[in-house]
Amino acid sequence: MDNSALLRTPLHETHARLGAMFTDFAGWSMPLRYGSDLEEHHAVRRSAGLFDLSHMGEVHVTGPAAADALDLALVGNIGALATGRARYTMLCAPDGGVLDDLIVYRLDQTHFLVVANAANRALVAAELVARAAGLDAEITDRTLETALVAVQGPASSAIVAAATGQDLDDLQYYAARPATLAGAEVMLARTGYTGEDGFEIFVPDEQATAVWEKLTELGGDRLVPAGLACRDTLRLEAGMPLYGHELSTDRTPFEAGLGRVVRFDKAVDFVGRAALERRRDNPAPQVLVGLRGSGRRAPRAGYPVLHDDTAVGEVTSGALSPTLGYPVAMAYVDRAVAQPRTSLVVDVRGRPEPVEVVELPFYKRTS
Amino acid sequence: MATIPDDLHYTEQHEWARRDGDTITVGITDVAAGLLGDIVFVQLPNVGDTVTAGEACGEVESTKSVSDIYAPVSGTVTEVNPAIDSSPETVGADPYGEGWLFRVAAPDADLDALLDAAAYRQLTEEA
Repeated sequence: MDNSALLRTPLHETHARLGAMFTDFAGWSMPLRYGSDLEEHHAVRRSAGLFDLSHMGEVHVTGPAAADALDLALVGNIGALATGRARYTMLCAPDGGVLDDLIVYRLDQTHFLVVANAANRALVAAELVARAAGLDAEITDRTLETALVAVQGPASSAIVAAATGQDLDDLQYYAARPATLAGAEVMLARTGYTGEDGFEIFVPDEQATAVWEKLTELGGDRLVPAGLACRDTLRLEAGMPLYGHELSTDRTPFEAGLGRVVRFDKAVDFVGRAALERRRDNPAPQVLVGLRGSGRRAPRAGYPVLHDDTAVGEVTSGALSPTLGYPVAMAYVDRAVAQPRTSLVVDVRGRPEPVEVVELPFYKRTS
Repeated sequence: MATIPDDLHYTEQHEWARRDGDTITVGITDVAAGLLGDIVFVQLPNVGDTVTAGEACGEVESTKSVSDIYAPVSGTVTEVNPAIDSSPETVGADPYGEGWLFRVAAPDADLDALLDAAAYRQLTEEA
């Protein structure tokens, strides 16, 4: 296979030394797993995992009108965000379809960091530029100079506290602040995509290896390198949507159960507003639900969902849950069969597997 | 590096086959196991089923993917590995030993029609 065109993160050699199996993900060569993806999954639930997420897009928006530009471009209330806080939000098309889901950090009054999915980075940057036209705001894609290392799991705060010398008790979920780690000036955020307590550390490319090594050294047995395979099963258990699966241009945030991110209370005619108001008032025929299976055959993306032998929807993500031990899936289904405890069937490669509609998330941490 | 024993016969779809008298034992290779990741479920054919060389007769699932199991030879399934249902991880941990999948009565099967270890090794190195 010719991988020469794939982008590599500054940690690529580190992963290779750790025995990673790589996968092509949105144009990047990324570690899929280092050994057992199940063990990596369990390590994040029980202790901590160390992830390289440097493929994620980092788009900076700066200038006196930066907040105004983002309020126009995104569905969230970005201007109301306090410095040092983050918000989960979306970039929608004029018809209300989701172009990407994002985390926006306010670094100071006139500086925001927009973290985009790798596959959508160029589109997000271009849309932000277009939507900021005429406003005094500058859009800069710094993905290719920014590494992102995540420490996720119940042991993450002890490890990151030791590595940064910071008391992290006052760093709230969805907050971020500067820190020094292995001599590097980093942005330390309490965010993640695993359903556990965790941190995402934005660091200049050239210092990524030092940060990774320091965390590895201080983490010791508590911290396991973890690849994208377990990241996907972790986020699925936590009921978190993945762009291209639960989120797409074909559906608005409302169908995904994420209507709360659309802030009609802001006095801005943001892109998609009119279409999203119509969608809010006229719900789509299908909605995202959780499905719980029995047995061990997992529903997977694209499989038909049936009710009384009639197609009522389609699976968007699914796996045998490593934590729970039974199959879990997310699916778009007709509203009539979307109530929890409804019995449905998934056509798993020609064989019907019974499933039950359940509340999301499948897994919620106790502490 | 994945191991590829010299005394087995292979398919291009990463199954191995071994003759013991009239019986052919079938499994998946270490190469396949490495590509799949942790194996969490295996759908085996039933004893008494007729399988056809080159046709799918079961499935191996990892957390991330599903792969068909292709029968290396035609014949009647005489035995399936009883340990696989409760311990599918055995397939990945010991693919040529405890992780065998099923046995087929196939006295006339020509295993030389399959790949030998050298040819299979070459195939996996090209991939």
